[in-house]
Amino acid sequence: MPRGAFRGGIHPPENKSLTSGLPIVPAQQPSKVYVLLHTTSCPLNPLVAKGDQVLKGQKLADTDQKFGVPVHSPVSGKVAGISTVRTANGHDDTAIIVESDGNDTLHESCVPVKNPLSLSRDEIIAAIREAGIVGMGGAEFPTHIKLAVPPSAKVDTLLLNGAECEPYLTADHRLMLERPQDVVAGAQILMRALDVRKCVIAIEDNKPDAVQALTKEAASVPEIEVMAVRTKYPQGAEKQLIKSTLGREVPPRCLPFHVGVVVNNVGTAVAVADKFYRGLPLVERVVTITGSAAAKPANLLAKIGTTAAELVEQCGGVKGELGKVIFGGPMMGQAVFSLDVPTSKGTSGILLMTAEEARQREVLPCIRCGRCVDACPMRLEPAILHQWAEQQFWAEADAYHACDCIECGVCAFECPSKRPLVQAIRHAKFEIGRLRKAAKERGAK
Amino acid sequence: MAESTLIVSPAPHIRSGVTTPALMRDVVISLIPACAAGVYFFGARALVSLAAAIVGTVGAEYILERITGRPVTIGDWSAVVTGVLLAMVLPPHVPWWILVLSGFFTIGVVKLLFGGLGFNVFNPALAGRAFAVAAWSALANSGYIWPAGAEAAHWVQGFDAVSTATPLTLLKMGEIGGIPMTRFYAPLFFGNVAGSLGETSALALLVGAAYLLWREHISLRIPLTYIGTVAVITSLYGHDPLFHILSGGLILGAFFMATDYVTSPMNPKGQTIFAIGCGVLTALIRIFGGYPEGVCYSILIMNAAVPLIDRFARPKRFGEVKARGQNA
Ligand code: SF4
Ligand code: SF4
Repeated sequence: MPRGAFRGGIHPPENKSLTSGLPIVPAQQPSKVYVLLHTTSCPLNPLVAKGDQVLKGQKLADTDQKFGVPVHSPVSGKVAGISTVRTANGHDDTAIIVESDGNDTLHESCVPVKNPLSLSRDEIIAAIREAGIVGMGGAEFPTHIKLAVPPSAKVDTLLLNGAECEPYLTADHRLMLERPQDVVAGAQILMRALDVRKCVIAIEDNKPDAVQALTKEAASVPEIEVMAVRTKYPQGAEKQLIKSTLGREVPPRCLPFHVGVVVNNVGTAVAVADKFYRGLPLVERVVTITGSAAAKPANLLAKIGTTAAELVEQCGGVKGELGKVIFGGPMMGQAVFSLDVPTSKGTSGILLMTAEEARQREVLPCIRCGRCVDACPMRLEPAILHQWAEQQFWAEADAYHACDCIECGVCAFECPSKRPLVQAIRHAKFEIGRLRKAAKERGAK
Repeated sequence: MAESTLIVSPAPHIRSGVTTPALMRDVVISLIPACAAGVYFFGARALVSLAAAIVGTVGAEYILERITGRPVTIGDWSAVVTGVLLAMVLPPHVPWWILVLSGFFTIGVVKLLFGGLGFNVFNPALAGRAFAVAAWSALANSGYIWPAGAEAAHWVQGFDAVSTATPLTLLKMGEIGGIPMTRFYAPLFFGNVAGSLGETSALALLVGAAYLLWREHISLRIPLTYIGTVAVITSLYGHDPLFHILSGGLILGAFFMATDYVTSPMNPKGQTIFAIGCGVLTALIRIFGGYPEGVCYSILIMNAAVPLIDRFARPKRFGEVKARGQNA
């Protein structure tokens, strides 16, 4: 297999030109922000109460739990309340609502770290956790957990994911182009945290300007290699990217560190640089506002917790008949029920689709064409998994490796009969998980 | 903003432009050159055959689905594909009512009884042909004609007994043989020989196949493996492989029947096994069997094996076997 490639995958229309040439602009000061008290699976305990004055960067909530990371105020202002809001995934969550005073006064805790590269691994990881940093590619997995690999793992490479393979999204592209020095600075800190001497920054070859910018920036850092990888979805999926760049295949049910790699998003590296060199915890991020129903597409540097409505409004609002709003990209993003949903740390884009684009396609029987099988990057047989799921044969679905599915959406994209393959496989994974848990409990008794 | 109307559905939110009806329609388009060649060589009778077969298949689907109260699915074009292919695999001189009845049989029994599109085990067109040949067995050796001015007598000096013999029949009868058979290549390639309606012109079939390849509806895996296997085995037994490739229904079968999605395996490994099986059976029937031609039965037999092949020839999932250290 040629370098820069993996087997399977697809070439959906990129639609990135809507925003790829637009510099990142700071979003307008939001009237209020909703700081969600979950980030990962751990609920957080609020450290402030209604009526409190807070400053930008001030910690608002935290937890003792291992997987939890704190959240900070993106604005200075007053806590208007702590209440329930509907989040992007349709669940209810608690949020601290902060009304902005418009001044963005910085909290005293927000000071740069002196000589970050001389810190110990543990100190760096602790500081990253303290800054509330999670994976910025969408999964929101806590970065400090990723970095704290078991000593037995023998990690040798940090892989920075700048593939940005989802159509429409250009947030990472613009970051790499406009802030290459921060990507490299963040990479160096992450390398220090992992104690590795090698870093690969992988970028799809549809962004030659970003490849160039980073290659130039990294020229003085011999440990960092910038690699252009083939433009193909899902190039940015961890396992596929590791295969493309390093030729290593992560075995089923294993994590990247099993093959000596830790993957982080380029946006995460920038967040790390912000923390160490500017003293800023993770309170803002680049969000691509795009889609055929977006009047003026843009790359906005937005406070995390701003509602989609506020962001869309300052981009000229909606054009035409709005059919669907997606947080994230069109392949793996989450359709939301309303524009009033606040962004979170992993919201890389808000995609506005017209009613025509969002039209549901007629579902026909599977004609066994094998397109889903050919395209599945995990080399599964989605059509058969779907059959097992339809018949509720969970053990069979398990035997056909439903749990390997990364939910990339490739199979459903390809299917000429427009079958809801990912949905069915996700259902199977859920049921298999339940059965496994039940079996374990029985075994324990 | 009319937010209550926002659609909330699971990812992915974009789908490829290829749809099943469009794909079936492309298959029909790809068959046009071969059908045109059939009309050119065998006359307007061929048009009657095509029309009768399509009436039979589409009519059966419409009527039977109406009667059983199921949604009518003729809009997906798959019955049209079956009709066209059915006419193409039968001799040009078949009474129209046989085509209508075979079309009715294959849609009713081979397709709908098994559950409709996607659930049939056997290739409907080939099963329809097998039905016609079994029910009206005289068809198996009559009904073939030579295009005007290209009679078998031109091929075989002093041969006038059987005007309906196809090149493969002549071979079986020992009227022609030996290597090389270069003088037959050109008529076989262009289609100026006796054969079923749609099989004689390799050129026309390949034009259609090129269209399907260009549209990425089929890959070369099954056709090339199938044809290659036939070539290897026939040459091992001292036959002229190119003669075998160009004559009979091999090209039609390999590109348009063995690639039928529903009745062939779904993953690459299985497809290779399937195609080799088709090739071995075809070559053995042609060399040793009682019939001159074996494409139809070979594919039908391998169709029956598909569930088994799909079960055992599975793709190797990502990351399997390769553990750390083995992949540097
Ligand atoms: S089965 Fe899962 S991994 Fe494979 S293409 Fe479908 S969503 Fe992607
Ligand atoms: S792509 Fe769709 S129609 Fe084709 S085999 Fe897969 S599920 Fe069936």
